[in-house]
Amino acid sequence: MPPIVSIENLSKVYASGLHALRAVNLAIGRGEIFALLGPNGAGKSTLINTVCGLVTPSEGRVRVGGHDILVDYRAARRMIGLVPQELTTDAFEKVWDTVSFSRGLFGLRKDPAHIERVLRDLSLYEKRDSRIMQLSGGMKRRVLIAKALAHEPQVLFLDEPTAGVDVELRQDMWRLVRRLRDQGVTVILTTHYIEEAEEMADRVGVIRKGAIILVEDKVELMRKLGKKRLTLHLAEPVAALPESLAGHDLTLTAGGTEIVYTYDTKGARTGITGLLADLAAAGIGFTDLDTSQSSLEEIFVDLVREHA
Amino acid sequence: MNLPAILAIYRFEMARFWRTALQSIVAPVIATSLYFVVFGAAIGARMQTVDGIPYGAFIVPGLIMLSLLTQSVSNAAFGIYFPRFSGTIYELLSAPISPLETVIGYVGAAATKSIVIGLIILGTSALFVPLHIQHPVWMLLFLLLTAITFSLFGFVIGLWADGFEKLQLVPLLVVTPLTFLGGSFYSIEMLPPFWHTVSLFNPVVYLVSGFRWAFFGKGDVALGISLAATFAFLALCLALVTWIFRTGYRLKS
Repeated sequence: MPPIVSIENLSKVYASGLHALRAVNLAIGRGEIFALLGPNGAGKSTLINTVCGLVTPSEGRVRVGGHDILVDYRAARRMIGLVPQELTTDAFEKVWDTVSFSRGLFGLRKDPAHIERVLRDLSLYEKRDSRIMQLSGGMKRRVLIAKALAHEPQVLFLDEPTAGVDVELRQDMWRLVRRLRDQGVTVILTTHYIEEAEEMADRVGVIRKGAIILVEDKVELMRKLGKKRLTLHLAEPVAALPESLAGHDLTLTAGGTEIVYTYDTKGARTGITGLLADLAAAGIGFTDLDTSQSSLEEIFVDLVREHA
Repeated sequence: MNLPAILAIYRFEMARFWRTALQSIVAPVIATSLYFVVFGAAIGARMQTVDGIPYGAFIVPGLIMLSLLTQSVSNAAFGIYFPRFSGTIYELLSAPISPLETVIGYVGAAATKSIVIGLIILGTSALFVPLHIQHPVWMLLFLLLTAITFSLFGFVIGLWADGFEKLQLVPLLVVTPLTFLGGSFYSIEMLPPFWHTVSLFNPVVYLVSGFRWAFFGKGDVALGISLAATFAFLALCLALVTWIFRTGYRLKS
């Protein structure tokens, strides 16, 4: 199946001379949730804004649903919904009116039933007659999402959707994104909350200084790059690790009651069997053991540092 | 043509007009009444006629023009400047709308507002002086052309302005003086030869003159010249707007 969003060799140089994007290539499949990660100023928003028509590309080509975003902008943009990073809303408009306005702007006839459904999905229906300025920040964020969904887009861009929102709204947002995916909507979100990408994304892209440095299936990424830690809870505390265990990458923690072994899942051998045999030989017994995989956050920090 | 989008913008802008009805409708009525009290009653009592027209009636076309120009410019300028200022312009830029459709929506709404205000002023005037419009169709044509032209001009200002000060600058420092000096309240025939010639460089003279001709059958310049000047200014504003959208000036980076 052809990708729903295809970005080829996309570059953007702002009038100030800033190279915001450098030859970005990216293909996003229909119905996937793609998380774009990157530090502040890496080019996440520029990338999204270029696809959505807010920024003119300097070079390269972008197609959405096969439609070129410049040549065939109407068809391309009709498929796209954008939730911007900033809470940019009209102050005096009523919630219902502003969401209906968005639908009209995208060339669709009025459909009160659809607007009602969107507002109900976002727990905004009770507020439909409120002026936007009377709403809290979290509610305004919901209004922006409702506006982006008013024209039933097939691709939804969420630029930092959970920046500065409370836990409840964040979980609502995650639920909404999953529901949209179930309806076949492709969701592309930027975030610097790694846990968000870890929680929701099917694939993760990392952007740094305008260049995509990695695109990977999330599970695969964590498996490939992830380091695992094996923690052994000792039966008796030990003062120091015996010489015979020096060959393993071990640290003694928790006042000598725990041994932590770090190993790479990418390696051909994990070395666990050898370690356990050496421990037995050294007469160190343990009561329990557990393993944990490093989070996306740790992977991300490692990646960005590596490319620095 | 994305008709629903044009309608959405138009309705959005008109909603703002009705929401601020006090400012947009009551204010011009009061201002007009004040002009009639000051110019019509106080000065008009001593002037009696200009070109054979009672002074009170003579100033009606100029008064309407004054409001039409300032309201068109400020409404259209504010209409497009505010989304730029607040950031809501993102939605317009990401929507499947052509520049032409955007302009029709914003300029159409701004022109409608100023025509409504112009007609309200006309109605208010009729309470003060007896009015007989000789060429009502021409009057409406001039009303329409002027409203569209100056709304386009205001739209350009709204795109160019990078602060509220600049937004006010052109209406206050350019449009209002040009209107006052453009024969709104006098015939430029009354001026000394030098100032008469200077006045001919003021585009507003042609608008007021044509508009006054529609009322009384008499103007400072020939009807054809008025019409040509109005169309020339319209063409200039259209060219400016087209250039702005072609280059993405102040809209896109």
